Amino acid sequence: MATTRPRRLARQVSIVGAGLSQFGAYADKSSRDLFVEAFLDMQGTIDTGISASDIEAGYLGNYSADLFEHQGHTAPIMADWLGMTPTPITRVENACASSGSALREGVMAIASGMYDVVLVGGVEKMTSLPTEGVTDVLASAADGLYEVPAGLTFPGIFGAIAKAHMDRYETNLDHLLKVGIKNHENGKLNPKAQFQVTIRDMMDRRKARSEQRGEPVPDWSDELDFLNDARANPWIAWPLRLYDCAPITDGASCVLLVASEIAEQFTDKPVHVAGIGQATGRPLHDADELTSLSAAKVASAQAYEMAGIGPEQIALAEVHDCFTIAEIVASEDLGFFAPGEGPHAVDQGRTARTGDRPINTSGGLKAKGHPVGASGVAQVIEVYKQLRGEAGDRQLDNPNLEFGLTHNVGGTGGTCVVNVLQRG
Amino acid sequence: MSTDQSARPFNAVSFYAFLKEGKFMGVRCRENGNLYAEARPIDPVSHSNDMEWHELSGRATLSTFTCISVAPASLEAKGFGRNNPYCTGIVTLEEGPRISARIAGVDAANPQNIRTGMALELDLGEIDPDEPGLVFRPA
Repeated sequence: MATTRPRRLARQVSIVGAGLSQFGAYADKSSRDLFVEAFLDMQGTIDTGISASDIEAGYLGNYSADLFEHQGHTAPIMADWLGMTPTPITRVENACASSGSALREGVMAIASGMYDVVLVGGVEKMTSLPTEGVTDVLASAADGLYEVPAGLTFPGIFGAIAKAHMDRYETNLDHLLKVGIKNHENGKLNPKAQFQVTIRDMMDRRKARSEQRGEPVPDWSDELDFLNDARANPWIAWPLRLYDCAPITDGASCVLLVASEIAEQFTDKPVHVAGIGQATGRPLHDADELTSLSAAKVASAQAYEMAGIGPEQIALAEVHDCFTIAEIVASEDLGFFAPGEGPHAVDQGRTARTGDRPINTSGGLKAKGHPVGASGVAQVIEVYKQLRGEAGDRQLDNPNLEFGLTHNVGGTGGTCVVNVLQRG
Repeated sequence: MSTDQSARPFNAVSFYAFLKEGKFMGVRCRENGNLYAEARPIDPVSHSNDMEWHELSGRATLSTFTCISVAPASLEAKGFGRNNPYCTGIVTLEEGPRISARIAGVDAANPQNIRTGMALELDLGEIDPDEPGLVFRPA
């Protein structure tokens, strides 16, 4: 019988440093190089400095270096390359939620009293395989015995969710495309993002290239016109097109977690872990609903309960937009909008940086990039930066930012991790 | 593999072996009657492991679908891909449970013409004996 008692951390945990590698496609970097880059970036953010030898334990999110790079047992390699041996480090694999789950392990390790200073990160080197190879590796996060033999791919499962959402609500293809347009507008302002360009920039480049080559110049009138052209934006898994899908990315992320009682030794602007939640779901064919991820609802309820707040108090959220429909579904599962209202909120600009419910100010997985094992912690880093007022050109124009949320999904909702972070 | 149906273990090897023999076998919880298209040894709802094989009719309706243009290697080998998309999705069996299945006999290049809610039937002829997976077609 599952217990329903409120869950509390036995002591409070804070984030005091955060680092990202550059996100993109790097033929000359292996996962260890990416992770070192993120670690050095993190070191530079600790006001009082931090050495690898000050860290008492590590948790690493990594989905599949085994298949991407033929490298298993990745955690000790990362630790060695940072100079962290013999400090214990453990790899956590929960598909695209790997580092979200790693963060949770790190928080619980400090809350237990075992450690005061813990490194949590994530890494994925994906571009070592061609696109078809990456698709097959990602498909291995679905059920290999009952989903994959039916021909379902990752975009395919989210395409089926999108179709169900379109059948049940007023959702249409333009709503999906508008999520991508918004996220690219944010990504343009993120110097770590893989795609620091708007969809309009890409459209204009395509036109300029045709003109240079003396070819007929496409007469796209605006971004939606461009994105609705199958030559510019081919179908991947109807109703999802190429620009509905997060890209294939190399990248790494890491944060330094400490017991809140010693946070001021590292920074005068800590960000507290106010609530954590994680839940498990079943394959889409066994899910309660085809338009929602039940694990996201359960995980967010846990995180809100622990933080003692509700969705209305969340000032910004980084949600798992592996596909555009996933952001719309997340905005409903997290309680920001009623079921079926997510697409209208996108239409009304409510989820834009200037809206009342900013989502994915980093550019999201769509524009920032999605190195799958690194994404959960990368989301936390965006909220950390926004809450500290350090998000540069994309900083929210809201002096009262207190709570931010991250929503990290593994597979098609087999895992969901939700964190509520609070400005210290 | 035992020829005695009731003696076969509740797993995917048995499930696909049945399918190759032309039988669509799900499992049923003896305690509360819950049915599953997957060969589960434990009922995840009742938590009972008192299961039995239960033959399914193969009649279903289409609950949701997608038409895939970027095919995995196994379906690319069958000629599917950018110029020949295929349809797959979730079907609801007339007995109640849902399951993932490829949908044959529909125009996957024109998904706007494919209707959720349409009646389907299991298409044993489309099932590849070397790489078995469920395939349905319009009834």
